[in-house]
Amino acid sequence: MRLICPHCGERDRREFTYQGAAEILDRPSREVGNDDWADYLHLRENPAGETKDMWYHDPCGAWIVVHRDTVTHAVHSGELASEVRK
Amino acid sequence: MRIAGKGLIDASKRVSFSFDGRRIEGAEGDTVASALLANDVRLVARSFKYHRPRGVLTAGSEEPNALVTTGSGAGAEPNVRATMVEIHEGLEVKSQNRWPSLGFDVLSVNDLAAPFFGAGFYYKTFMWPGALWEKLYEPLIRRAAGLGALSGKNNADRYERAYAFCDLLVIGAGPAGLMAALTAARAGADVILADEDSRMGGRLLAESEEIDGKQGHVWVAEVLAELSGMENVRLMPRTTVTGAYDQGTYGALERVGLHKAAGGHLPRECFWRIVARRSILAAGALERPIAFPDNDRPGIMNAGAVRAYLNRWGVAAGKRVAVYGNNDGAHKTARDLMAAGVEVVAVIDSRIDASVALDAPVITGGRVIGTKGRLGLEEITVASASGERQIKADCLAMSGGWNPTVHLACHMNGQPVWDEAIQSFTPKPGMIPGMEAAGAANGVFSTAGCLADGARAGEAAAADLGKKAAKTKMPKASDGAYALEPLWVVEGKGRQWLDFQNDVTVKDVRLAAKENYRSVEHMKRYTTQGMAPDQGKNSNVGALAVLADATGRGIPETGTTTYRPPFVPVSIAAMGAGAQGKGFAPQRFTTSHAASVERGAPMIEAGMWYRPSYFARPGESTWRQACDREVTMVREAVGICDVSTLGKIDVQGPDAAAFLDFVYTNTISTLPVGKVRYGLMLREDGHVMDDGTCARFGEGHFVITTTTAAAALVMRHLEFVAQGLRPDLDVQLVSVTEQWAQFGVVGPKSRDLLNDLLDAPISDETLPYMGHQAAQVMGVRGRLFRISFSGEHAYELAVPARYGEALYRVLVARAEMLGGGAYGMEALNVLRIEKGHITHAEIHGRTTAFDIGFDKMISREKDCIGQKMAAREGMVEESREQLVGLKPVGAVKQLTAGAHIFVEDAQAKRENDQGYVTSVCYSPTVQSFLGLGFLKNGRARYGERVRLVDHLRGVEAICEVVNPVFFDPEGGRLRG
Repeated sequence: MRLICPHCGERDRREFTYQGAAEILDRPSREVGNDDWADYLHLRENPAGETKDMWYHDPCGAWIVVHRDTVTHAVHSGELASEVRK
Repeated sequence: MRIAGKGLIDASKRVSFSFDGRRIEGAEGDTVASALLANDVRLVARSFKYHRPRGVLTAGSEEPNALVTTGSGAGAEPNVRATMVEIHEGLEVKSQNRWPSLGFDVLSVNDLAAPFFGAGFYYKTFMWPGALWEKLYEPLIRRAAGLGALSGKNNADRYERAYAFCDLLVIGAGPAGLMAALTAARAGADVILADEDSRMGGRLLAESEEIDGKQGHVWVAEVLAELSGMENVRLMPRTTVTGAYDQGTYGALERVGLHKAAGGHLPRECFWRIVARRSILAAGALERPIAFPDNDRPGIMNAGAVRAYLNRWGVAAGKRVAVYGNNDGAHKTARDLMAAGVEVVAVIDSRIDASVALDAPVITGGRVIGTKGRLGLEEITVASASGERQIKADCLAMSGGWNPTVHLACHMNGQPVWDEAIQSFTPKPGMIPGMEAAGAANGVFSTAGCLADGARAGEAAAADLGKKAAKTKMPKASDGAYALEPLWVVEGKGRQWLDFQNDVTVKDVRLAAKENYRSVEHMKRYTTQGMAPDQGKNSNVGALAVLADATGRGIPETGTTTYRPPFVPVSIAAMGAGAQGKGFAPQRFTTSHAASVERGAPMIEAGMWYRPSYFARPGESTWRQACDREVTMVREAVGICDVSTLGKIDVQGPDAAAFLDFVYTNTISTLPVGKVRYGLMLREDGHVMDDGTCARFGEGHFVITTTTAAAALVMRHLEFVAQGLRPDLDVQLVSVTEQWAQFGVVGPKSRDLLNDLLDAPISDETLPYMGHQAAQVMGVRGRLFRISFSGEHAYELAVPARYGEALYRVLVARAEMLGGGAYGMEALNVLRIEKGHITHAEIHGRTTAFDIGFDKMISREKDCIGQKMAAREGMVEESREQLVGLKPVGAVKQLTAGAHIFVEDAQAKRENDQGYVTSVCYSPTVQSFLGLGFLKNGRARYGERVRLVDHLRGVEAICEVVNPVFFDPEGGRLRG
């Protein structure tokens, strides 16, 4: 598999470390209740199809939101996490 | 038998090798198979299950029968296909699966018992008693049935792996592949042309055909000459593309040095990962045998293989050859043999209306219904409208048609489509993104058709890549139509073999259907058809046809089994090349490594780092003696320890302080410049991630440390927080672990030592505990931190890594003059346990700040990672296992980490478990064994006696629960 790093271009999967679903970017405030926090931390979709997840590109240190398809294995895009959050 | 004047190799260049100890003369360019056939050796192997005598069936990587072992000793390679092994002087080849010899094999009695050994026999036969399966039945079956054996020794042969990138990968260098590569390369695309044969040209080397009025191989040579002269083309012969993976990644196995004696400078094989923007599958087609009775005797071969041995290697596979087929292609075999002067005793065409323009005995509408010859074919029985007759023949060339080599196109789970005209499967576009099939692999079987299809695919790929291909002038070649009549099974007395490699017959497949294994995947697993090294390349379509017939379905409805990589067997040594030894576990060395090794320190692994364990002095015969002395030395004088392996992260930016407040539980923003603070990091789920120190160098500049083990993890985590959670903060992170060599100078005489070296002396006033400053040491600019992991008056001195070794040697020499010296990891560990300091033995991923007594360090004044979850009820319950010290009551031999803690008089069983021990040492300072551990409600139980039980090592001890800080709990020595 090859993923897209916005800094380095298309690179082999072995240069990346997988983190999990991109929902982890939507961190609740500390005012939010424990149940919602537990959902944020532990509950994940298991999609057959389109998904967005977090990958760390070890050589350049970029955290990337990868938009891909778990069925076709197509990799649509890679966006810097810092851009997604802006 | 070699025929003078035939073939593309120079028969006068003699090369000899051994087969089962017998010397065989071949010629340069021969494979083991062609050389054996040239020497009239027909019996090459014994079959998998029934130990049937078998010979060469094919001339390619699909060979199911002629599996041999090459080489000897540790480098012996079992199960290689004789059709793919190029001979070289001194090559050792041995046959397999026979005892005592190939000609007389005791286990061929299996063949007589064959009626009992049908599909699934062991599921049915070895049911009772169940206990005997593992001990008796399975070992017996494995010994009796099987292939070659591994040597069991460590193979020292060299293998490699490599990477390549290109615009276009062309798989196969036959007429289609050559035209595709040529067309795309002329248009300017970067092309890799890979072919699994040692010589490129595909079927053009095996047929007697002309292209543009030249012999096929001459045209091939001209095209290859043009391609090899182009800078944008890489030719990769002996390279089998083994798998197609996501995003245009392909695996390929190159046989780099297998055609030469081992031990030279070449690796044996190289595993390639090739990334291609486009690919063209021009892998050709595989001929299929016909399932007639006793169709497996040595001498019965695929018709195309017989032509290949004749036209390429100048070898006649027999002296009296019969040809049997259902298509016109088979006639070519008879024509070529006759032209070479070989006697063709019969041309049997299954089609009644076939027109055979050959000057040979022709039987149309004929069927081969039996064969004879114990160790090799002697006679065939042919039935036709005019009755049955026996024909003496030592070779039967058969052709049931051709199957496009669709395998790679199906590696991403796509299903090929049935083509009625060729009675086989062809790839459909889009099965692999970016891949297109061309030529025979695409179901196009004439030479002219292959050339044109290759050029078309090459042009299309070039256009996809944004390159304009000039109109290719098509070479002239034959364009015969490919006509065949389906012919899968010929009924008669005797077993009709489908899968030669796994000894699967037509009857086995029918039995599977009868027992309701109707799905092709079930049939495969029940009969083992299509498994093993050849993966059914010769038998899949035939077996499907039998299954379809037995279940009353069509072949397309029956469907194929799943095609999976690799296309051919790939040695693990090639796939894992470079990942043995240090390649598997890279080593990181500190700048003081050489100096530590010189002092005789055993080096121990810490992550990838190597650190000194202890420095034994003359008279010290055990590690404990050295360790005890080093601890005392540090407590009483001064010790030197390389602490460079701790992670160091430089944090800068206007919002650096706010960022650190967010990632640490405690407040960092209030830290004055020039000061250091201990910091605790949690994971978002509230458990402790790591701890370390944080030094402030300026308003927006900090250097933080991490533990050795968690350095990479913490760096990744901090980047995640900075980029993903807090992109609003202006902060930059850089790992500087490798840039700074850092040494602990530890003990009451540490300041005396440093003041001899520093350009400006320090004092308690200029550098108090938890302070840091820039320092000039012998003219080198460094950093000096007054921090302590041991509880002693201590410093850490950092200099740019290039000065590390020199500084270390100076520090150790000075320390020795003061009655101290170097100390290693063992002493470091004792010092920190005495002081109750934690490491990852304690913060192992399941402990909370509460557990280690640090919950007050979680500031409520601000949000931070892990704050919310760390406050949940279950994370701060008094009943949780809490960090405590454990001190033996009375004499004990040892304490062990991993022991569990029980109430003193309770039974030591799981239900009564009260906690566990994480770290232990003998403390020369306290003169006692000491332990750290986690005990339920531990902080409230100081003074209680508990029992430590290590069931695994059989160690027990009674301990008193104490405060984990065993030594100097007031911390007076730190400031002293």
